[in-house]
Amino acid sequence: MNHLRSILLSCAFLLALPVQAQEQPGDIIVKNGTVITVTNGTLKNTDVLIRNGKITRIGPGLSTPRGVQEIDATDQFVMPGIIDAHSHIALSSINEGTSPVTSEVSVEDVINPFDVSIYRALAGGVTTIHAMHGSANVIGGQCETLKLRYGATHPDDLKLAGAPRTIKFALGENPTRVHGAGAGINPSSRMGVEMVLRDAFTRATYYMDDWAAYEKEKLTNTRALPPAYSERMEVLADIMRGKILVQAHSYRADEILMLMEVLGDFGVNKVTFQHVNEGFKVAPELAAFGASASVFSDWWAYKFEVYYSTAYNAAILTKNGVVTSINSDSGELIRHLFHEAAKTQRYGDLTDDEALALITINPAKQLGIEKQVGSIEVGKDGDLAVFNAHPLSIYAIPQQTIVDGNLKFDINNDADDMRLMVDPNRPVEEALIFDHHDHHRCMEGALTNSHFHELLESDQ
Amino acid sequence: MNILLTFVATLLLITAPADDPKAKRGTFALTNARIETVTNGVIENGTLIIRNDEIIAIGADVEIPDDAVVIDCAGQTIYPGMIDAGTQLGLVEISAVPRTVDFRENGDITPHVEAITAVNPNAVAIPVTRVSGVTTVLTQPSGGMLPGKAAMINLHGYTPEQMSVAGMQYMMMSYPRSGRRSRFDRRSDEDIKKATDKAFKKLNNTWNQATLYEKIDAAYKASPNTASRPEYNPQLIALLPVIRGEMPLIIQVNAAKDIRSAIKWVADNNIQKPIFSGVAEGWRVADALAAAGIPCLVGPVLSTPTRQADRFDKPYQNAGLMHKAGVKVAIRTGEAENVRNLPFNAGFAATYGMGREAALRAVTMAPAEIFGVADRLGSLEVGKKANVVVADGDPFEPKTKINHVFIDGWQIPLENRQTRLYDEFLQREPGLDEQPKSPDIKEPIG
Repeated sequence: MNHLRSILLSCAFLLALPVQAQEQPGDIIVKNGTVITVTNGTLKNTDVLIRNGKITRIGPGLSTPRGVQEIDATDQFVMPGIIDAHSHIALSSINEGTSPVTSEVSVEDVINPFDVSIYRALAGGVTTIHAMHGSANVIGGQCETLKLRYGATHPDDLKLAGAPRTIKFALGENPTRVHGAGAGINPSSRMGVEMVLRDAFTRATYYMDDWAAYEKEKLTNTRALPPAYSERMEVLADIMRGKILVQAHSYRADEILMLMEVLGDFGVNKVTFQHVNEGFKVAPELAAFGASASVFSDWWAYKFEVYYSTAYNAAILTKNGVVTSINSDSGELIRHLFHEAAKTQRYGDLTDDEALALITINPAKQLGIEKQVGSIEVGKDGDLAVFNAHPLSIYAIPQQTIVDGNLKFDINNDADDMRLMVDPNRPVEEALIFDHHDHHRCMEGALTNSHFHELLESDQ
Repeated sequence: MNILLTFVATLLLITAPADDPKAKRGTFALTNARIETVTNGVIENGTLIIRNDEIIAIGADVEIPDDAVVIDCAGQTIYPGMIDAGTQLGLVEISAVPRTVDFRENGDITPHVEAITAVNPNAVAIPVTRVSGVTTVLTQPSGGMLPGKAAMINLHGYTPEQMSVAGMQYMMMSYPRSGRRSRFDRRSDEDIKKATDKAFKKLNNTWNQATLYEKIDAAYKASPNTASRPEYNPQLIALLPVIRGEMPLIIQVNAAKDIRSAIKWVADNNIQKPIFSGVAEGWRVADALAAAGIPCLVGPVLSTPTRQADRFDKPYQNAGLMHKAGVKVAIRTGEAENVRNLPFNAGFAATYGMGREAALRAVTMAPAEIFGVADRLGSLEVGKKANVVVADGDPFEPKTKINHVFIDGWQIPLENRQTRLYDEFLQREPGLDEQPKSPDIKEPIG
C-alpha cells in the first residue's frame, strides 16, 4: 500500500522526458557527413560508428549493424561534442565565500541534473562541461567535469568518470573585494593574494611534514599521536602532489606571472588560467611554463581589470603556442560556443581547425580528458554534434547532439518544454527577462543579497 | 588573371588611406563592387561615389569624378552602415566603476535629462564598435521609469553635436514590470503586486499631469496676455513634445502580459509615436503588436528563453516571428562595450527564421524608418548620408573582414585599441626574458 502510494505521489510529477536512473552507453551511426575530426583533418562523405558509447569506426560506406540507430548526415557537418572549460550551469550553488581559502568544499555536492540549462547547452552542441566553483576566494572549491547526460536524475550519473580532479583559484578584484573590501580580512590587494597563496601552500607543506614524521614515528612508537586531520590541507597537499589541476580565474598580466612563480616554487606545474584577459601580454611566459589559457572570445570592459583587453587574445595566445580554449562562464554563451570560436577568424585569422580546437581538443587537454573526448577518433567517447552548415558559419544550426552514443538532442524531435520534472502544483511561472549580467554566476552566493545586486553588474 | 586581381586588390588594401589613423573626407569612388542597396536590390559590379557627407552616385554605369580617390572593391560587397536600435554606447566606460557610468540619473522621473549630453566621443568602445560595420546607434539612458531622452549618434566625431544624427532625440520609458525582476528577486507575490500598482499609479499620475500641463501650456501660448503662465516644471516640460506627438516614446517592455498592457496604455493615452524596445516575449503577442502597428526594437537576440518551459531557440526566433506577423522590427543589442556583436545578433535572427534579407533590413533601413531618419540613413541611395561599409563577404559571417568604413563621408581608420594591442603583442619584443633571474628573495610565510 505504501509502495502504491509512493508511486502515485511520484506520478504527481509530470514527466516531460523519460527519466532514466542511469543510461547505458549507446550504439549509433552517423552516415555520410562531412566529418571534422579536429585532430586528423576533415573527411567528406564519411560515417562514424559508435558502439557501446565509443567510436569504433570512421570511414566511407560503413554498413549499419543490426539494431543500431542511424542518423543521416548527408550535406551536414559532424564535429566532436563541444567542451566548455568554464561553466556554472547544473549547479544549485556556486560560492563558499566565507574564507579566502576553502579547498575543502566541492561542487560535487551541489550538482543539479534537472537544470534545463543542460538541455539548452546540448542544443548548442555541447557534450562536456567543467562545472566550476565561483571566484570569491583565492583558493576556492573543487570543480567537477560533467557529461551532459540530460535525463539522468542522480547527480553522480553526470560525472565524467576518470576525469582528473580540479580546483578553482581566483586572483584580482573578486577575492580582494569579497574579503578585503567586504569582510575586512586579507587579501585586499594583489600583494595580499600572493600572501594568501604562499601562506596556504606553506602551511600545507608543514602539514605534510607532520604527517610524514608521524608515519615514520609510528613504525617504532606504537603510542605515536597523529597530527590533526584537515581536509583543507589534504586538498592543498594533493595539488602539490600533482593530483589536482589548478584552474585560476585571472585577468591581469602581473597576477598571471605571480601565480606561475608561486606554483613553480611549490612544485606545481599544471595550471589553466581562466578568463586571462591579459594573457596576450605574457603569452611567451605562459607557453614557457606550459600553462594553458581559457578565454572569452570578446568580453571586456565590464570591470576595470578587463579594460585593457583585446578580442585578439585567443589568436595571440594560440600563435604563441599556448594551449587555448574559449569558454562561456554563462548559461547564454554556452549555447553558441561554435560562434564564439568563429570570432577568432575575424579577430586573428585562425584556421577552421585552430578555431574549432578552441572548443574541443584544447579544453579537453586543459581538463586532462583529451584521451577520452575532444576529437573524432576511434576509441574516444561517442560524443558528436551535427550541424546543417559548417559550424563556424553564422548560418549553422545544431541538428543533433550525441553523448556516449545516445541521441540527447534532435532538433526534429524537440518539444517546446524539455524540463525533466514539472510540478503541476506550482503556478505557471512568470517571464524572467534576460539581463546581461543575470547569467554571470561567478560571484553568486558570495555576498549578502544587497551587496549581490550591486556586484552583479561586474562579475565574471 | 584572378591571382593578379587579388594581388592588386591586396596592394590597394595595404596602401589604402584607411591605414592613416585620421579620418579623411573628400570624394571617393568605390568601384567594381557588389552593392547591396537594401532598398533597390543588388547591383553587381557597380560603383558608388561619395562626396563629402553624401552618396552622390550609385550604379553599374557611373562616371568617376576626376578628383575621386578610387578604391577598387573587386570581390567585395558594399553595405549601408548598420544601426543598433538600443545601446548604452558612449555613456559608460566600465560598468563596474561607478564614476564612469553616466546612463542613470537619480530619481524615477527624469525625462528632462539627455543622453547626448553625456556621450563621450572618445569612449574606447566606439572605435572598437565601428570597425564591425556598425556606424550608428541609439544610445539611451536607463534605470528609472522615465529615465530621459535617447540620442541617435554616428560613431565618429569629436563632440556630441558632431556625432548626433540630425539632433534626433527620443523619450525613454521603462514600462512597469508586473513580475519578478530576475531570478534573484525574492519578493513575495503580494509585495510584487503592491510595487506594480504603485508604479502604475506613479506613471498615470505623471501622464495625467503632463497632459494637463500641455493644455495649460497651449492655452498660454495661444494667448500669453490673458492666460496665466504654467508653473515651471522641468519634468512636465520635457514630456510636452511626446504629449503633442512630436517626439517618439520608446517604451521598454518585455513580458507578454506587460506588452499587452502597454499596447492598451498607449491607446488609452493617445501616444502618437510609440515604439517598443526589448520585447523579449513579442512572439507570444505578435499579432496584437502587428494590429496595433507599433514598431519594435527587438533584442538582444542572443539571450536565454524567458521561461524554463520555452523552447531553447525562442529568443533567436523572436524577431523573425514578429516580422512574419507583420510587425516592423529593428534589432538591438542592448550592449555597451560589445555593440560590435550587432551583426551576429542579426545573423542569428536571420538563421532562425527571419531570413537574411529581413535581418539585414532590421539593422539598416528598418531602424532608420522607425527613428524617422530614413531620408538620410539606412540604405545606399543617392542623396543619403555616406554611412557605407565595404566587406569581403557577408557582414553577418564571423570570418568576414570589414575593409572600409565611411561615416558621414569620413573614411574611418580601421584601427582601435584592440587592434593596436594585437599588433603590439602578437610577436612581443622582447619575447621571453633571457636575462638571468634575480635570486628569489621571497621567504615562505609559515
